Amino acid sequence: MTVKVHLWSGLRTLTGGQEVVEVEASTIGEMLRELVRLHPALQAPIEAGVSVSVDGRIMASDLTAPVSAEDEIYLMQRLRGG
Amino acid sequence: MALDDQKSVFKFVGTRPDRPDGLDKVTGRAKFGADVSAAGMLHGAILRSPHAHARIVKIDASKAQAHPDVKAVVTRADFSDKVPFKPGLAGEFWNVLENVMAGDKALYDGHAVAAVAATSALAARDALKLIEVDYEVLPHVTDVDKAMAADAPVIREGAADYSVPEGLHPNVVRYHESGHGDVEAGFGEADLVVEDSFTTEATHQGYIEPHACLAQLGADGKGELWCTTQGHWIAQKTCAALLGIETAQLRVTASEIGGGFGGKTTVFIEPVALALSRKANRPVKIVMSRSEVFRATGPTSSASMDVKIGMKKDGSITAAQGIFRLQGGAFPGAPGDMTAMCAFAPYNLTNVRQVGYDVMANRPKQAAYRAPGAPMGAFAVESVLDELCNQLGLDPVEVRLKNAAHDGSKASYGPTYDQIGLVKTLEEAKAHPHYAAPLKPGQGRGISCGFWFNHGGETSVSLALSEDGSAQLMVGTPDIGGSRASMALMAAEVLGIPYENIRVTVADTATLGYNDVSHGSRVTYASGLATIKAARHAVERLCARAAAKWGIPEDAVKWEDGCAVPSGPNAGDFDPLPLADITANMGATGGPISGHFEATPEGAGVSFGTHIVDAEVDPETGKTAITRYTVIQDAGKAIHPAYVEGQYQGGAAQGIGWALNEEYIYGEDGRLQNSIFLDYRIPVASDLPMIDTVIVEVPNPGHPFGVRGVGETGIVPPLAAIANAVSNAAGVRMRDLPMSPPRILAALKARDG
Repeated sequence: MTVKVHLWSGLRTLTGGQEVVEVEASTIGEMLRELVRLHPALQAPIEAGVSVSVDGRIMASDLTAPVSAEDEIYLMQRLRGG
Repeated sequence: MALDDQKSVFKFVGTRPDRPDGLDKVTGRAKFGADVSAAGMLHGAILRSPHAHARIVKIDASKAQAHPDVKAVVTRADFSDKVPFKPGLAGEFWNVLENVMAGDKALYDGHAVAAVAATSALAARDALKLIEVDYEVLPHVTDVDKAMAADAPVIREGAADYSVPEGLHPNVVRYHESGHGDVEAGFGEADLVVEDSFTTEATHQGYIEPHACLAQLGADGKGELWCTTQGHWIAQKTCAALLGIETAQLRVTASEIGGGFGGKTTVFIEPVALALSRKANRPVKIVMSRSEVFRATGPTSSASMDVKIGMKKDGSITAAQGIFRLQGGAFPGAPGDMTAMCAFAPYNLTNVRQVGYDVMANRPKQAAYRAPGAPMGAFAVESVLDELCNQLGLDPVEVRLKNAAHDGSKASYGPTYDQIGLVKTLEEAKAHPHYAAPLKPGQGRGISCGFWFNHGGETSVSLALSEDGSAQLMVGTPDIGGSRASMALMAAEVLGIPYENIRVTVADTATLGYNDVSHGSRVTYASGLATIKAARHAVERLCARAAAKWGIPEDAVKWEDGCAVPSGPNAGDFDPLPLADITANMGATGGPISGHFEATPEGAGVSFGTHIVDAEVDPETGKTAITRYTVIQDAGKAIHPAYVEGQYQGGAAQGIGWALNEEYIYGEDGRLQNSIFLDYRIPVASDLPMIDTVIVEVPNPGHPFGVRGVGETGIVPPLAAIANAVSNAAGVRMRDLPMSPPRILAALKARDG
């Protein structure tokens, strides 16, 4: 299914100015792979580590979590704590 | 979406029993990092650079090696040469290796350049004087703004990652920009726009126990490590990479820990002790001095920030913008991105933009310090909000309530908030007697909100039942805040046996699967969730034994108050079967009964707090006294309320130090001037008022009992709340931390012209 992924605005330069990217995916892992396939420049930030917010729930690392067309999805910088 | 089985009525959770490790700690029985020894043990010592920035031309250790007491000397050549350098944080193992033992250059005052192992601690320290190092001294920079300037010396070419726009100095290694709406249009709608600049200095976590370890590594690549750490699996993984050995061949045991606050989430001396041990073929112990802790372990970042906020006369925020420049030492990692993402997170904003810079300078590698990055941003943002309230004659709590983020509002960092508790903390602040209490002349009051993300992380827990009905719980997260007590309470709640009958052990790396570090306020959330699930797993197996005994289906048995009981009248008429009756002969009814859980929980839930502070400034000396302090914070569900309150009070106490006195002071030569507690002033008991606490409980939908982490949020509001109180007391806006007496006197003098 098609999901809409909101990027943080610092990534716009890597996606030709797009801040919202649509990809075909049913899990976070698929979504990240598709993002890199469509926008190869996103490989660096995704490899460096990202978190994903799905309907306000922040996924720090789970690639198997499902995503769907109705979800609000935000790519976020990887979170670090103390 | 809440977990279907979230529990809200409790028997054990929410009570305040004594901590299981309390007697060990007050009698001296607990073993900390420096408390163990081994037969044939050597003592290690580390030679550190006296220069802020210098090329290492030559190291001649021949005289040290010839000394009869010296059994090994190591330099960078004794570590793995297969750790790849990569830009930014992608090459973090290389960054850690470069930090624990310098390569071509010494990058800050105190940077390790060589180490020795000798037959006594004194002999080891003396032997350091026999090592001759030729340095070519290079220009240095320690200030964040100067490190970004065009003429700044370059710390390391190629360290910047993909995110840094072209044209910035090579010392800028990461860049973050986020937000939404149109801030310029928003500023145009405002009745008043305030724009101001702020700085904070680097402060140390100030844990009372210096880093210490005992290491043994043989030529066969098998090793043992005992160390004070917030995470022994990350220590295992990192040391294995830096020494070029297999991870599973190094068993790491966490000692008791005398404070960490984020500063013990990485390694410093551990790989060095292992390298010395491998070379000497004997165990090696290293214990840092306090001066080494200050010079060579991670303080937090220093920061330079510009914040601009527009407001209407009714207190509505029309737009907000922040530029946050964080200095993180001679390596990537300063949390400018976290500062940016957290700074405006308490507010429901239509137009917001935040930019964060990660900047290198000739200082020690920054390490996490409770909610890394968030306190500095809150200081700048909440100071500007206070100034807007003052200039518009508005109540600071009402303004924050008017703009507060709530369930369903869009966070400044993008997503829509689920169930959050900020509004409740503000309503509690408004209703608190502190907020209505009159102030004396010379006193001022400050308010601040604060936000932190919290974290889940990889977690593995095992629970084993004993024949007598007691339980052993093995967790992998070092107990940095009373977590043994919280884990035992949660296990007792599920098992229905007394809290005292559960022994909680922090297991070593050979006993459990990988456990992420005790950081990100994750322990009560993630290890707690895993404990509940492991206990439920054990309960399933207990119910199965009862079902077998009664000859009924397993799903016809349920667990109530520590007993297996038939699930309903149709299941049969059997007396409740207590846990101890089932475990008494478990060896003969199917074998030992245990419960396990391994996962990466992903529902940590964000957290908010609001602080109220009263301060009094002495105009003669510039000394500030904090006269009253109240912390109000959302805990989701407080498992052991006394330890939640302790976290709140500890955050406030550390914040008071950060705001008023603590700072890294560098000389013109780039050397740290105040590397002992006599010169680096942390608060003592006489500096602190009694800190009141209010626990707000808005359950986290992502935890079976509703828990949100509480360890970090408590240090986010203090810098701003104290600065606002001091500014209001002194009648002058304080823009630079710490607000030490000389700085306050200078501000008062400037105010009076």
